[in-house]
Amino acid sequence: MLLDKILEKYPQQEDSLLEILLAFQDAKINHFISEDEVRQIASYLHISEAKVCSVLSFYTFFRTENKGKHVIQVCGGVPCHVESDFNVAKTLEKELGIKVNETTENQQFTLEYTSCIGLCDEAPAMRIDDKVYTKLTPNKIKAILAEYRVYM
Amino acid sequence: MINLKINNIPVSVKEGTTILNAAKQNNIKIPTLCNYPDLHINSECRVCVVEIEGRKGLVTSCSTQVREGMKIITNSPRVINARKTITELILTNHDSNCNACAKNMNCELQNLSNILGIDQARFPSVLKMEPIDDHNPALVRNPNRCIKCGRCIDVCKNIQTTNILEIMGRGQSMKITPAYGKYLSDESCTFCGQCASVCPVGAILEKDETDKVWDALHDERKRTIVQVAPAVRVSLGEELGLKAGSIVTGKIATALRLLGFDDVFDTDFTADLTIIEEGNELIKRVTEGGTLPMLTSCCPGWISFAETYYPEILPNLSTCKSPQQMFGALAKGYYAEKIGWDPENLFVVSIMPCTAKKYEAQRPEMRHDGKHPDVDVALTVRELGKLIRQMGIDFESLPDSEFDNPFGITTGAAAIFGTTGGVMEAALRTVYEVVNKKPLEKLDFTDVRGLKGFKETTVNLGGADVKVAVVHTLANARVIAEQIKAGTSPYAFIEVMTCPGGCIGGGGQPYGTTTEVRQKRLEAIYKVDGKMVIRKSHENPAITKLYEEYLIEPLGHLSHEYLHTHYHQRKKQKPKHKNVMATY
Repeated sequence: MLLDKILEKYPQQEDSLLEILLAFQDAKINHFISEDEVRQIASYLHISEAKVCSVLSFYTFFRTENKGKHVIQVCGGVPCHVESDFNVAKTLEKELGIKVNETTENQQFTLEYTSCIGLCDEAPAMRIDDKVYTKLTPNKIKAILAEYRVYM
Repeated sequence: MINLKINNIPVSVKEGTTILNAAKQNNIKIPTLCNYPDLHINSECRVCVVEIEGRKGLVTSCSTQVREGMKIITNSPRVINARKTITELILTNHDSNCNACAKNMNCELQNLSNILGIDQARFPSVLKMEPIDDHNPALVRNPNRCIKCGRCIDVCKNIQTTNILEIMGRGQSMKITPAYGKYLSDESCTFCGQCASVCPVGAILEKDETDKVWDALHDERKRTIVQVAPAVRVSLGEELGLKAGSIVTGKIATALRLLGFDDVFDTDFTADLTIIEEGNELIKRVTEGGTLPMLTSCCPGWISFAETYYPEILPNLSTCKSPQQMFGALAKGYYAEKIGWDPENLFVVSIMPCTAKKYEAQRPEMRHDGKHPDVDVALTVRELGKLIRQMGIDFESLPDSEFDNPFGITTGAAAIFGTTGGVMEAALRTVYEVVNKKPLEKLDFTDVRGLKGFKETTVNLGGADVKVAVVHTLANARVIAEQIKAGTSPYAFIEVMTCPGGCIGGGGQPYGTTTEVRQKRLEAIYKVDGKMVIRKSHENPAITKLYEEYLIEPLGHLSHEYLHTHYHQRKKQKPKHKNVMATY
């Protein structure tokens, strides 16, 4: 139903694909695009499912499986890696009790890598949902996570 | 004209020419990998880089157009070194176990490495081995050999409009797979095999079934029967080192006997039979008000396409089985009875220019006893070439011989089934004479010949002008399917073939099928037709005898049992296997 409403706002042409995917992922409660939805989008735009999957898989912003309420994306770029004297991903893994590409048991956090987010001058950086955090330190990470935990 | 210098040699070429083609026209070789005639792949592999005076970086010659006064160097140390390094890097992510690959000695990457003088693995391999997809009857995808050139995507998307394969992910983890990294399956893939035909390496191949054939040939209880499709006689020669367009009908019959087949028959026979059945079906539909336009049903890729993407037009399809399956049903029914042989101990092999025929042979409808497939194994032309090489047969020096009777007596009309427009022309030769009750003045329907994607002509049948059309490639099939869906199709009869050029350009034909090669095979096939004594299916004496002896009448009771079939919508199902290849 939700998808139908979003689809009808866009012209039935391949160019609309990216906008539809973004709008739909944003609107959906668990923020991911399922296989059935891919099929529906493909048939609306008269393109193949493989084409939709291809676009979905290109951008790390898109999700194809159910993830935690908050997605933490650690910048995997080289500057972020060399700028820090500690390992951002490892710290987060320890704090959350999960490994990269996993989701916490309470479905609140998913941890993953992203390609460079363009904040090399303020490295190391990470993103939680739409928000960017830079110049990270172990303590800063703890504080940020605490904030999210409070507002859970 | 544009004047420029390539390697200090002044040349002039037409405006808009790429550097690669300008060099080619002047006999300067630039190595390529992803580039393929007829396809639109550009600068994926970067092997064709050249140096242009005044430009800092190297440019890909396949995608850069010539400019007035350009000075191009194709062979400087910098260029040669770059090409070599690029290829070596491609090799780090490729399963280079060449001896254990069906493409050995036929591989474009192997050939390129040889040209560039790569004689050691300078960089360590970064290949992560992944499972091989062999979960369908026709094609095998080995992602470990894929070099991501994108040819398969181009042919699947732009020529067949099915777009099953796509680029997934990016960077080093980029791969080419169906949606969600799933296996190829019959819910969307037609198994036309065009991807396998253009793959430069061994990443997509037909499912090799030569072992099954050897087993049957060496099994004393089995009587082995082989049939040869029309298009094979103008292409097998290429597979075995002869020129494109060589006609090798007689050599094929000899080779198959040397391989040990007990009965060497010709699919042309059942092609003639198809014309009788399909022709009568058309006449019946026109005169009794059946569903029109009627669509041909010889091509299994097209049938799958219609069943998946256009189930609305299934009533338009002729109910005739393809010649391969008519042959299988007759071999295990009529012929087994005639020679007094237990059909369970008959082994029917077909030699096809096609990978979808493997899928067709396995379809549950194609077993007239309900249990055993009518055609046990369908081999591609490439697989037959393999059998002949394994057997140590010097093909070129083989004497000619004839096919066995009764399924070896054929006509020119059947031979042209192998090319786009052939089924239509063969049908018109018969339908015209049957309906108008007078002989045709000119047998050649030149309007429906040639490699044009969409052809049409008008014939006078019983005083009325009837429009017919011929299409090949699924992109064109989609056009006629949309017309029928919209109710605007002006035609009474349409021939559809999946592969570019029809069967002569089939997915199971020798590698290196380009428009130029298709044209040569096409000319050869009309040469075969021209030389035949009988050129109309309804004049085939063996067909007449078959009706007298057994089938009684076209579209009769036995015809329906052996020669006709039905179609059903291929449903989108929940995937049967896990998404083993999904990594994102």
